[in-house]
Amino acid sequence: MTVDLTVHAARQRVSEPLLDARLVVDRGGFRLDLPLTIDSGEVVALLGPNGAGKTTALRALAGLLALSDGHLTLAGQVLDGPSSRSWVPTEQRPIGVVFQDYLLFPHLNALDNVAFGPRRHGLDRRQARRQAADWLHRMGLAEHARRKPRQLSGGQAQRVALARALAVDPALLLLDEPLAALDARTRLDTRAQLQRHLAEHPGATLLVTHDPLDALVLADRLVIIEHGQVVQEGDAATITAQPRTDYVARLVGLNLFRGHARGQTVLLADGFRLTTAEQHDGDVFVAFPPSAVALHPDRPAGSPRNTWPAAISGIQPNGDNLRVQLSGPIEVAADITPLAAAQLHLVPGQRVWAAVKATETRTYPAAPA
Amino acid sequence: MRTRRFRTVLATVAALAVVGLAGCGGEDSTGTQPGNANSGVTGDVTVFAAASLTESFTKLGKDFEAANPGTTVTYSFAGSSALATQINQGAPADVFASAAPANMKTVTDEGNGDGTPTTFVKNQLVIAVPKGNPGGISGLRDLTEPDVKVALCAEQVPCGAAAKKALDAAGVELTPVTLEQDVKAALSKVKLGEVDAALVYRTDAKSAAADVDGVEFPESAGAINEYPIVVLKNAPNKPAAQAFVEYVLSDPGRAVLTTAGFQAP
Amino acid sequence: MPQLDTTVARPRPAAPRHRPRRVGRIPLALLLPALLGLLFLVLPLAGLLVRAPWTTLPQRLTEPGVLTALRLSLLTATLATLLCLALGVPLAWLLARIEFPGRRIVRALVTVPLVLPPVVGGVALLLVFGRRGLLGSWLDTTFGVTLPFTTTGVVLAEAFVAMPFLVIAVEGALRGADSRYEEAAATLGANRWTTFTHVTLPLVAPGIAAGAVLCWARALGEFGATITFAGNFPGRTQTMPLAVYLALETDLEAAIVLSLILLTVSVAILATLRDRWISAP
Repeated sequence: MTVDLTVHAARQRVSEPLLDARLVVDRGGFRLDLPLTIDSGEVVALLGPNGAGKTTALRALAGLLALSDGHLTLAGQVLDGPSSRSWVPTEQRPIGVVFQDYLLFPHLNALDNVAFGPRRHGLDRRQARRQAADWLHRMGLAEHARRKPRQLSGGQAQRVALARALAVDPALLLLDEPLAALDARTRLDTRAQLQRHLAEHPGATLLVTHDPLDALVLADRLVIIEHGQVVQEGDAATITAQPRTDYVARLVGLNLFRGHARGQTVLLADGFRLTTAEQHDGDVFVAFPPSAVALHPDRPAGSPRNTWPAAISGIQPNGDNLRVQLSGPIEVAADITPLAAAQLHLVPGQRVWAAVKATETRTYPAAPA
Repeated sequence: MRTRRFRTVLATVAALAVVGLAGCGGEDSTGTQPGNANSGVTGDVTVFAAASLTESFTKLGKDFEAANPGTTVTYSFAGSSALATQINQGAPADVFASAAPANMKTVTDEGNGDGTPTTFVKNQLVIAVPKGNPGGISGLRDLTEPDVKVALCAEQVPCGAAAKKALDAAGVELTPVTLEQDVKAALSKVKLGEVDAALVYRTDAKSAAADVDGVEFPESAGAINEYPIVVLKNAPNKPAAQAFVEYVLSDPGRAVLTTAGFQAP
Repeated sequence: MPQLDTTVARPRPAAPRHRPRRVGRIPLALLLPALLGLLFLVLPLAGLLVRAPWTTLPQRLTEPGVLTALRLSLLTATLATLLCLALGVPLAWLLARIEFPGRRIVRALVTVPLVLPPVVGGVALLLVFGRRGLLGSWLDTTFGVTLPFTTTGVVLAEAFVAMPFLVIAVEGALRGADSRYEEAAATLGANRWTTFTHVTLPLVAPGIAAGAVLCWARALGEFGATITFAGNFPGRTQTMPLAVYLALETDLEAAIVLSLILLTVSVAILATLRDRWISAP
């Protein structure tokens, strides 16, 4: 079996997804149950908080962990089928993995790190090195070929790791937090380059991350899991516009509440009422950005109908602004300028009035629970 | 430590009682028994003795303690050369019994002997063979057969020097498979069946009589090993040391040694 | 030192002299026992040097038995180390990487030769590989091979005593090494054997080297098991420690000379190897 053939074979059956899986892993109290399909050329981001099961899913796909149930088919080949007792070990799977801290072999130089995979796939030393040199050239690392991993910068190491994973021409490329180890500046450059290489990759790509920006920039589709379950799935625009859990809302920077709508009033579970711009009937989500929340030292007299007394529970810098966490009848985040914060003399514990204009809210139906 | 001291105290008390009784009962000892209750010696005697004396001296020491209540004999059994080195380095010993005059000379040359050493036994070589002598070995010549594996002691240790002397005297040239570091090691190679024969002292063959037969051979007469004994100059308990040496040379002492296979000097 | 000066010179009224110093000063509570320990290890060597018969040294060195014993010692210690590497590294890998029932017991068993008095080890070897031994009698009747009193026997005895040092060092290195590199190799198509040879071994190479040095040094100094299992015959089984022991019976100075030769040669070899490894890229 060669990887090339499977990829080409898969491309001929465009109708079927290249990766078709339901990853079920039971591990002492934790259960991952993740249906996952990825088409050829598609990049899917798997997002979730720590402990959601992202790494477990990646390890199951790579064959470093066996499925308890479900199935895993890549390019028409069953890699793991607990019911049919089929199992393909890691080294025979047409996959490539970029690990979080890259795991470049410290005793090999960049060239030999990249040549390692092709060599194992049957190329002789010269062919493997030539192929590796090609990949390094494409990554703009030709002059670093002789360097050992410890002599490479973080960004360079990341690109060598990507080249190493791609050099085996994998049907499925797995990336585990590929940018997490980089500082902010390097991250920006590397992310842009990564985007280009992922776009060129003909196989399926799964990107595991907890960084929404990486996911939004790099992926065609987002799958968000919490506690081993998919909580939301879709393209970036949909998810950004209509988060369906607290985690997703925070991920995309929105305040999110679930309640029962009657016309322009939404009654939340704890009895709090929000007035919205749109009219709905039934279970809905109400979302508004932190920048829509205004803070006042005293009860504001005027238009906003959603006003309530709140206490400041935390203040953190957020870009050029400050993000203020408010406790009270509902917990929300508010973004204010440092200037406003100075004028209001904001300190944690202080009592303020919060206000949100109805026109700044977005309401959309929640699926029945 | 505690029990040992307790025992010594007990022994001293017992000795005083015996001395008292002896005083009442008058002279009743014979001349051939110098280590009797009348010698009046008490306390610890530390004897540095060659390893080949282990069995016989242990027995002899018990007899001495019985004959001299209030004395305790403590042994250090090791290779004679190691003991000689330790004595010259100031080890607190009362008596040195060596398996070879050479090692004794090492001690007396340094002035560590008190008086002239006395030869108390002789030992001679035998051919140790596995029980029942399966190889039918009857003399030194049989050891030169190519399929017979022989262990000798290394020439540096007394039993090896004696073996060389005996082989030279017999005009026999043989190639051993090993030159062991001491006689017990050579003997254990026979016991384990790793060699077919070894030249060891008669006493050693006798001590291992359950596993080993000793084959006597005439040439051993040319390589008799003498065992000298001496009281040491820095002996912490000289009277007891003297009494011990006298006991070794006495009839009952001799009897123990000859039973073990030693010859009288 | 300059760093210490600046720390002291910086005016800091609130922080008196109890402030912990990070550089420069070594705590006496560590320095004193460290120096005592060093002295304890080195003084006996000084004792040997002081008592060495320097005037007669040249002619003693050229005595025929000396070079033979030295050559045999170096040869057997090296062969024993190679044997330990061939068997001990896979054993260490098994202990470090594979979960199997009774692994803790196996790990304890590996250290048996460490606690067993070497002479007893030699007897145990005789009981297994001797002419009447469990395996030895079969080897003898089937292949006509006998191991006691042969150079091979010396190698076996040394390997038996020295192997735990290698296994423990390599197992420690393997446990310390990040096993995710092995997973990375698997995702690149390497099977377990290739992963072991191409990734695991290079990663733990320093640990293996350290283990091999310990193993070699232990084999070089081996006495009890060797003389018991392989006997003592010049040129065939008489290694330096055996020659030293026997020289000690008659001639203390000869024993000192032999010991010094063994020490000098082994230290020189280890130092050379060390330089090689350090200068290697």
